[in-house]
Amino acid sequence: MLITTPNLTKPDESYARLIATHDGLDEAESHALNARLILILMNHIGNDAVLAEAMDLARNPKKGAA
Amino acid sequence: MKYDVPERYTLAFRLYPYAKSPDQDAATPARHKAIVVGGGPVGLAIALDLGKRGVPVVLLDDHEGAGLGSRALCFAKRTLEICDRLGAAAPMLAKGVQWNLGKVFHDDRLLYEFNLLPEGGHAFPAFINLQQPWFEKFLHDAIVAAQAQGAPIELRGKNRVDAVIPAEDHVTVEVMTPDGPYRLEADWLIACDGARSPLRTMMGLGFDGRVFEDNFLIADVKMKADFPTERWFWFEPHFKSGDSALLHKQPDDIWRIDFQLGWNIDRAKEMEPARIRARVDAMLGPDVEYELDWSSIYTFQCRRMEKFRHGRVLFAGDAAHQVSPFGARGANSGIQDVDNLAWKLALVLDGTAPESLLDSYDAERVYGADENILNSTRATDFITPKTGVSKMFRNAVLQLAETVPFARTVVNSGRLSMPCTYDGSALNGPDHPDMPARTRPGSPCPDAPLGDGWLLARLGRGFTLLAIGAEVPDRLIAHGLAVPRLLLEPTPEITSRYLGGAKGAVYLIRPDQHVAARWDRFDDTEVAAAMTRAIGKG
Repeated sequence: MLITTPNLTKPDESYARLIATHDGLDEAESHALNARLILILMNHIGNDAVLAEAMDLARNPKKGAA
Repeated sequence: MKYDVPERYTLAFRLYPYAKSPDQDAATPARHKAIVVGGGPVGLAIALDLGKRGVPVVLLDDHEGAGLGSRALCFAKRTLEICDRLGAAAPMLAKGVQWNLGKVFHDDRLLYEFNLLPEGGHAFPAFINLQQPWFEKFLHDAIVAAQAQGAPIELRGKNRVDAVIPAEDHVTVEVMTPDGPYRLEADWLIACDGARSPLRTMMGLGFDGRVFEDNFLIADVKMKADFPTERWFWFEPHFKSGDSALLHKQPDDIWRIDFQLGWNIDRAKEMEPARIRARVDAMLGPDVEYELDWSSIYTFQCRRMEKFRHGRVLFAGDAAHQVSPFGARGANSGIQDVDNLAWKLALVLDGTAPESLLDSYDAERVYGADENILNSTRATDFITPKTGVSKMFRNAVLQLAETVPFARTVVNSGRLSMPCTYDGSALNGPDHPDMPARTRPGSPCPDAPLGDGWLLARLGRGFTLLAIGAEVPDRLIAHGLAVPRLLLEPTPEITSRYLGGAKGAVYLIRPDQHVAARWDRFDDTEVAAAMTRAIGKG
């Protein structure tokens, strides 16, 4: 099951790192990086049902409130 | 008046020259049990399978043998196992090229290599490469051998079906020959007349699915160059031929090159030998000597008929379903159609099974076709991404595949043909939870060593009862069918493929070597009920 409650050990650090990872990249390079990152994280999660939940939530963010 | 049945293509082998049949002079149309239309791999195989089961069968083909050109090339293990049952596999294996290693390139970079690493303990390799005309010739050789043993198979070359008139309990066809037209009647008609199936058109039946706007150029080149026997696949190749390219070895020093050209091409121009040579030169490098052996441009679609059974007419192979070339799922799935259909039709014709058993051919092979179409469509979408974002993810996968192992599992240059498991089929009987998933009801039996030979070779033409560490009667008769038993020792292969964690196992195997049902012990009533179900009386 997809974790939607707080789970990041260092939320501010991780978010800042995400932004910094894109430093100096143009928009196309940033998109490509995001694509690689998503694929890497997908593999780390592994579970197809969890991924389906995550994709559904990303597509329909209002569902998070339910 | 002079009649003609013109050739639409050049023959590689003239196998069944036209000869006038007494049927052509009959006052009323001769009636046959089964008529097969089409002499490709599927038509020849179904005629052979039916004939070996004692069903009189007449095959009508508007040509007199196998057409020129490599076309279907990769034949999978399951196809070879089916052909072995039909007595045709040994020469295929002897002539075919076996390969295990594949290399995947993006542009000019080698991303990774894969090894098919076929599981040990099987009579046949994962794949062989063999040109389609040779595959057809070996099936024909097996037909000739079967005819010599009395199999009632008749092949009629230059017999073109021009009209089909379906009725409640038979089908009439109008056939054109060099001696003029004649009529025939069939209890059952099997349409194996290819992706453009004239029979399908004559019957006004649809063939729906997804159109992929793409052209593929096949160039078969003969060369002595020292390329390894490997499958090389390029995404966006550096020699700029299009979205993908494939290099694959065939017998006789011939190499198959597939160039994906895109949609908006000048077909006539692309077929000019000089232009093909320029493409091949760019791929192989300037110093490689070769001859162009055969070339062709083709397009494809992923589609199927809504139903494969239309009363007394049964569609099989490309006539019923069509896929992209990625994954070798065309001819291989057609041979699985044959495997599924022949025993059912034989049991219906001899009165053992109800006609409705043939509805399970429709259900099971539609399920198989959908699986093939799904796999083939996914490969096509990976190779030719349809949107900007899809291309971005595709290229991200390719980039990661060079260094990160997980991404290689996502790279899709075709998921190579595997036989279908008929999950949920109405013919399936009970399962047992302690036994391996790969042999659940509906699955094709995996081969295993058995003494000096092989398990699949020991399965008969009918139903079989397999027993591992379980008591079964040595003679069982159900619905008038003898069900011989085969006792297996729990060798490592038998244990891992059939027994699993169970103490004993009893398997009811269908005539097409698919599992009908399994238990951990023999129970007369249960086996009888499973037989009833498996022949469509359940």
